[in-house]
Amino acid sequence: MLKYLLSRVAANVPTLLAILIAVFFLISMAPGDPVDAFVPPTATLSAQQKEALRHELGLDRPLPVRFAHWLGQLAQGELGYRYKDGDKVSAAIARRLVPTFMLALAGLTLGSLLGVLAGVLAARRANGHIDHALSLAAYLAVSCPAFLVGILALYVFSLKLGWFPVGGYSTPGQEGWKDLVYHLVLPASALSIQFIAILMRYSRAGVLEAMNQDFIRTARAKGLSDNRVVLRHAFPNALIPIVTVIGSNFAALLGGAVFIETVFSWPGMGTLFLDGIESRDYPLIMGITLFMALTILAVNTLTDLLYCWIDPRIALR
Amino acid sequence: MTSSSLARSKWRRFSRNRLALSGLLAFSVVTLACVLAPWLLQLDPNAIDLSASLQPPSARHWLGTDQTGHDMLARTLVAGRVSLLVGLCSVLLAIMIGALLGGLAGYFGRWVDNLIMRGVDVVMTFPTIIVLMTLAAVIGSGTGKTIVIIGLLSWPLVARLVRARILTLREMDFIAAARTFGAGHWYLLRRHLLPNTADVLLVFSSLGFVTAIMAEAGLSFLGLGVQLPDASWGSLISIARESSVLQQYPWIWLPSGCLIVITALSASFVGDGLRQAFDPRSERR
Repeated sequence: MLKYLLSRVAANVPTLLAILIAVFFLISMAPGDPVDAFVPPTATLSAQQKEALRHELGLDRPLPVRFAHWLGQLAQGELGYRYKDGDKVSAAIARRLVPTFMLALAGLTLGSLLGVLAGVLAARRANGHIDHALSLAAYLAVSCPAFLVGILALYVFSLKLGWFPVGGYSTPGQEGWKDLVYHLVLPASALSIQFIAILMRYSRAGVLEAMNQDFIRTARAKGLSDNRVVLRHAFPNALIPIVTVIGSNFAALLGGAVFIETVFSWPGMGTLFLDGIESRDYPLIMGITLFMALTILAVNTLTDLLYCWIDPRIALR
Repeated sequence: MTSSSLARSKWRRFSRNRLALSGLLAFSVVTLACVLAPWLLQLDPNAIDLSASLQPPSARHWLGTDQTGHDMLARTLVAGRVSLLVGLCSVLLAIMIGALLGGLAGYFGRWVDNLIMRGVDVVMTFPTIIVLMTLAAVIGSGTGKTIVIIGLLSWPLVARLVRARILTLREMDFIAAARTFGAGHWYLLRRHLLPNTADVLLVFSSLGFVTAIMAEAGLSFLGLGVQLPDASWGSLISIARESSVLQQYPWIWLPSGCLIVITALSASFVGDGLRQAFDPRSERR
């Protein structure tokens, strides 16, 4: 078990290294003086001081050396300063972390529950009316870009019907759980739409495949009800592909959050990232990209762990 | 079987799929409307009717007008040309890069394969839009650059598909036969291996087109894709980021939104139809 865990974590190290290299060299191709990333804009430096800082930071050395140095800085949690206002990148990310975490978690939970539910329902009635209606809805959902879902939801439910706020994270003066949920429902639902559709397809296929196995015939033969066969026998055996799809679509969910946050003026990392891109704030761009990469790798590792909790045989292989 | 009768039998299986056929029909209608209609109806997307700004749909302006009095029907259809063009070109770019790298990985195996496929893994772990945005920040935006950026990001899937196909082809007798005649690596790849991935590439091209057109819309919506004076469906929808436009003037953004969905939906029906027509396992359908 422990050995399996360690091997999964170790498998991610080359990927992480490759991502670090890609981000570093991509950004170092970008125009601009890298020294500025380490100078709070409030401080003005003479050319000489800048040169000294360049030397001190090792920016006058070859790229591979700088890369190693940058890794060292990263290991100490040093992400540099924003060009725009001299804020520390790590502090800027930390401030936006909670809203994005809330949004992603709500979208993920909602999407997983509804997606699996719809998938099991479709598989129970395979090739029936419900199945066809659901699969058409899934087609429609994956053909609708995330920002369009957000815009339509905002137009219909906030502007026309007035059921939800037109955006933002909280109402000033009445922050609290209720207020947060009130603001969260619409963006989280919009974020989960595509996730539901994708998950529905895979869980339907997974349950249908499990239904073809011998143990299902046995379960039926001993007289179990249809519901019990599907829920207790077929569904648990379809969990592995379902968890795989949830894990591998987490990255897409984070990407969709950029659009949803933009549409709903949600003060999260997505809007911060867009802000960084628009102002060519490279230290910020690098910081957020790395943070997302780490999050995704962590989720991948977590998915691997879930595998061996669901099916302990996997760890023995 | 000659290649034309092969195509005919595939077409027969494709045309038995009603969803795929209606997808093809809808896609052709949208494409023809975008390419021909502005010309047939003598619509000028840049003509300004100052007496009529922000007008709702009427007999004179079928889809109303925007703030500066542009006719929105003309703007939407011409924007469609840009969206479809970006989708098409970036898919072609992705196919060129992906087929070459996937072919090399599958054919040479060993460290070449390892290197290329690890690269594929890295590109595929990331949320696409994050990389697209980063590339847009480094490379820049505009129609041409948007094509390059999306193409640079869509090849990994092609590479995976082509590699898998080449791995099975490589072991077949006709390849061994060609080798005994002294065929070189490049000749084998170009004459025997890559041409046999055509069906995989055809299926990818329609499904990749969907991804590409949605990626372009997303980038342009964020203001990082197609730039003025050009406009695409995504950039027309981005006008609705201003809440007064979103609330009061839906004719500016809603038609573009519908057209994106119709295009993506019909292209994925076509793609799924193609996949079934070429999949030997789904013979009964």
